[in-house]
Amino acid sequence: MNVPVSPVPDFGPALPEILLAVTALALVLIGAFRGDGAKKLIDGIAITALLVAGLLLIDQSPGRVSTFNEAFVVDSFARVMKLLTLIGAIAAIVMSTRFLREAKIARFEYTILILLSTIGMMMMCSANELISLYLGVELQSLALYVIATMNRDDEKSAEAGLKYFVLGALSSGMLLYGMSLVYGFTGSVTFPAIAKVVSAPGGAGVMFGLVFIVAGLAFKMSVVPFHMWTPDVYEGAPTPVAAFVATAPKMAAVAMTVRILVDGFLPVLKDWQPIIIFVAIASMGLGAFAGIGQRNIKRLMAYSSIGNMGYALVGLAAGSIAGVEGIVIFMAIYLAMTIGVFAVILAMQIDGRRVEQITDLAGAARTNPGLAFAMAALLFSLIGIPPLAGFFAKFYVFAAAIEAKLFVLAVIGIVTSVVSAYYYLRIIKVMYFDEPAPAFQPMAIELKSLMWLSAGFVILFAIVAGPLKNVAQLAAKSLF
Amino acid sequence: MFGFGILSGLLVLPLAGAAFVLLQKDDEAGRRNMRWGAFWTTIVTFLLSLVALSRFDAAKAGFQLVERKAWLGTEITYQLGVDGIAMPFVILTTFLMPFCIAASFNAISKREKEYYALFLLLETLMIGVFVALDLVLFYAFFEAGLIPMFLIIGIWGGARRIYASFKFFLYTLLGSVLMLIAIMAMYWTAGTADIVKLLAFRFPSNMQYWLWLAFFASFAVKMPMWPVHTWLPDAHVEAPTAGSVILAGILLKMGGYGFLRFSIPMFPEASLYFANFVFALSVIAIIYTSLVAMMQEDIKKLIAYSSVAHMGFVTMGLFTLNAQGIQGAVFQMVSHGLVSGALFLCVGVVYDRMHTREIAAYGGLVNRMPLYALAFLLFTMANVGLPGTSGFVGEFLTLLASFKANSWVAFLATTGVILSAAYALWLFARVVYGPTEKHALETIPDLSGREIAILAPLAVLVIYYGVQPNAILSMSQASVDALIAGLQSGLPAKAAALVK
Repeated sequence: MNVPVSPVPDFGPALPEILLAVTALALVLIGAFRGDGAKKLIDGIAITALLVAGLLLIDQSPGRVSTFNEAFVVDSFARVMKLLTLIGAIAAIVMSTRFLREAKIARFEYTILILLSTIGMMMMCSANELISLYLGVELQSLALYVIATMNRDDEKSAEAGLKYFVLGALSSGMLLYGMSLVYGFTGSVTFPAIAKVVSAPGGAGVMFGLVFIVAGLAFKMSVVPFHMWTPDVYEGAPTPVAAFVATAPKMAAVAMTVRILVDGFLPVLKDWQPIIIFVAIASMGLGAFAGIGQRNIKRLMAYSSIGNMGYALVGLAAGSIAGVEGIVIFMAIYLAMTIGVFAVILAMQIDGRRVEQITDLAGAARTNPGLAFAMAALLFSLIGIPPLAGFFAKFYVFAAAIEAKLFVLAVIGIVTSVVSAYYYLRIIKVMYFDEPAPAFQPMAIELKSLMWLSAGFVILFAIVAGPLKNVAQLAAKSLF
Repeated sequence: MFGFGILSGLLVLPLAGAAFVLLQKDDEAGRRNMRWGAFWTTIVTFLLSLVALSRFDAAKAGFQLVERKAWLGTEITYQLGVDGIAMPFVILTTFLMPFCIAASFNAISKREKEYYALFLLLETLMIGVFVALDLVLFYAFFEAGLIPMFLIIGIWGGARRIYASFKFFLYTLLGSVLMLIAIMAMYWTAGTADIVKLLAFRFPSNMQYWLWLAFFASFAVKMPMWPVHTWLPDAHVEAPTAGSVILAGILLKMGGYGFLRFSIPMFPEASLYFANFVFALSVIAIIYTSLVAMMQEDIKKLIAYSSVAHMGFVTMGLFTLNAQGIQGAVFQMVSHGLVSGALFLCVGVVYDRMHTREIAAYGGLVNRMPLYALAFLLFTMANVGLPGTSGFVGEFLTLLASFKANSWVAFLATTGVILSAAYALWLFARVVYGPTEKHALETIPDLSGREIAILAPLAVLVIYYGVQPNAILSMSQASVDALIAGLQSGLPAKAAALVK
C-alpha cells in the first residue's frame, strides 16, 4: 500500500464533525459555569450547530473525497445518511425540552450527550476502515448509555440503561474480536484493501471474523437475534431518548453495515448473504408476531422498529445498487414515520400525567381529531399502504430483492408485513372506532409541528418521490 | 390545464369535493353543506365522465385520452388512459356514487364530515384503478382503497363492524401483496411498468404461471371467488348501505377488471392452462354459494352470497377466453353493479325504517309499501336473470360461451340459474308477500320522494340494458376483439386453436 502520507491531513471533509465537536466542548463549559438553567441556551446553540453542520454537508462538493489516510471518506451515501442522522438528532432535542422539564430531569448534559453521540454516528457513516469505525461506534454508544438512564430515580430508566450498557459492551466486544480476526487474516483495516484480499479464494478465517462483525452490527441495528434490549430500552428510557434511539443511531448503524459489507466484503456476497437473509427474516417475523401482544405503545414501537430494520436488511441482502438505493429511501421514510409517531406518543398527556397504553388513545378521532388523523396516516404508512410513503419504502427494498432473485425472502417479508398490519390497525381501531377516553391536553407547538411535518411528508411523498429517488440513487451508486 | 387531461380531472374532482367537506363547520348548516357538497361533487364527476365518454371512440381498440407524466424515474410513470374495457367501469363508478351519497343523507347521522370525505376519496381511488396505465400506479389505487373502506365499515357499520373491517382489510391486503411481488418481477423482466408496453411483452412461459398465480391470489380475493369469499358476507352485512353498494357495485368489479386487464392478455398461456381450475372454482361458487344464500336469515347476507354466485358467472365467462364469454362477463359485471347496488339500496330503505335486516322480522310489506314492492320485485327479477332485464344478458352470454368451452361447466352453471331463482324469489316472498303480521310493520311508510328518485334511474337502466344490451356491448366490442387477437398471437399455434 503506497498511500502518500501528508504531514497535515485535510480537515475539509470532516468539517461538520469538527464543528459539532467544538460546539459540544464549548457547551460543556457553558453548562459547567451556568448550570442547568442554561439548558434553553444550550439547546438553541446545539440545534443551530446541527443545522449548520447539515448545511455544510449539503454544501460539500459532490463526489468522493477522503482524508486522514483513507480512514474517513465522504461520498454521497455518507452525506445522505449523515443528513438523516442530523434530522433525528434535531428532532430528539426539540422533543426533549418540555419533557425533561416536566419530568424534572432537565440537565444540560442531555443535549451535549446527544451532540457527542451524533458525532459518533457521523463517524460511523464516514468510516472507511475498522479503527475509525470502532471509534465512532463507541462514541455513539457511550453517550447513549448515559442518556438512557437520564431519569436515574426511575427504576425502569436505570434498568434500561444498564441493560443497554451491558449488552452493548458485549456486542462491542464481539465487534472488536471480529475486527481483529479480519485484520489478522487480511493484514489491513481499510475496506478497499480488505475487499482486495477477500476476493482471492480461500480464507475461512476472514469469514469467521466477518460473522462476529455482523453480530456486533446486528446489535447496533437491534435486529434478531440481538434485539433483546430494544423493548426494555424503548419502554424504560425517557420517551425523547427512546425516540432518539429509534431514529438517529439506526441510520448510522445501517449506513455502517452497508459500507462494511458492500465496500469491504462485496466480493464474498455469497458468503454473507445467507446471514443477512436469516437476520432479515427473523427480524421481520419477530417484529410482526411479537408486536401483536403489546399494550404499551412504546414497546410496540420497539417491535415495530425491529421489524422495520428487517425490511431495511432485505435491501442489503440483495447486495446491489438497487438494494442500497432501497435502503436509503427506506431509512429516510422510516425516520420520518418514527419521529411522527413519537411526537404523538409525547403528546399523550392527560392533566399533566403521561400515559403510554394503546387504550389511552381511545376515541382520539373525536377528542383530538388532528392528532388522530396524523397518527392514522403514519400508521397506514407503517403498514405500507399506497400512496403513503411507507409503501414506497417497502416497494424499493423488495423490488431490489426480486431483482436479485430472492423470491422466498420477498414473499416471507411481505407476508410478515400483513401480519404486522394487524397491530397497526388495532391502534387505528382504538382511535377511530372505540368510545372516547379522556381527551389529551392541548399539544405543545413543537410536537405539533414535528407531527404535521412527518405526517405531511408521509402523505405527500408520492408527489415528490421522483427527485428523492434520484438522490437515493446517486447515494447508492457512490458505493459501487 | 397544466397539461393534465380529462381523466386527471376525474381523479381530482372528488378530492376537491372531499377538501370542501373537510372545511365545513360541524353545525347544522355545515352538515347540510357537506351532504350537498358531496352530492354535487359526484354529480359533476359523473357529468365529466360523460364528457370523457363523448370523446371516446368506441370503434378504436387502443387506449384513448392518454396522458403521461414523469413520476418515479422514466419506467414508472403517471400514465392514464381508457379503452373499451375500462370505460364501462369508469361510468359505472361515477354513476353509482351520487346514489350512495344520496342514500346516506338520512342513514348516516354521526361523524358526517369524515363519512362524506372518505366516500369522495374512495371515488377517486376507484376511478384511478380503472384508468391507471402503469402497474405501480394501478397498484397504488387498488390498495389505497382499503383505507377508506376499512374506516367506513369500522365506524359506520353494524354490530360486528370491527371484526368485519379487520377481516376485510387483512384478507384483501394479503391477496394484493402477493400481486405486488409479481409486479416487481414483471418490472425487472420487462424493464417497464407501462401497461401498454407490458401488454405487448411476451413473458417466458414458466414465469407466466407464477405471475398468473400471484395475480390470481389478489383478484380472487377481491372478486371474491370461492373459497376466499368469506370476507364478503361479513363486510357486506356490517357496512352501511352506501358502503355495501360500493362494495358490490364497484370494488368487486376490480377483480374481474384485473383478470381482464392483466391475467388474460399478459399471461395467455397460463390463463389457458388454469382455465379449467377457474371453471371448477366458478361452478362451485355458483352452486354452493347459491345453496348457502338460500339458508340465510339476514337479507344483506343473502344478497352478499348471491353476489359471490354472480361473480362466478363472471370468472367462468372470462376464462372461456372467447369473445362472447368476455363480453358477457363485462356485461354481467356492469349489470350486477346496477342490480346488486339497487338491491342493497332497497334493503337500506327498510333498514332505515325498522333497523333490522332479519328476514323473519318482515312480511307483508306489499300491503303497506306497494311502490317499494314493485321496485324490489324488479331488481329481484333482474338478479334472477329474467329476460328483459340486464341480468339476463350477461348470464346468457357467459353460459353460451362456456358451452363452447366445456359443456359440463355450462350444464352445472345453469343449475345455478335455477337456484338463484329459488333463493331470490323465496326472499321476496318472505319479505314482501304474506299478511302483515308484525305489529311494527303496520305503520311503515312507503318510499319517500327521495327514495323514488334514487331507485327510479336504476330501474330504468336495468330494463334499458335488458332490451338494448348493445349500449354496453358495442362500447367494449373493439377492445375485446383486440384482446382475443392478442391472445391468439400470444399462444402456441396448437393452443390458439382452442381459443376461438
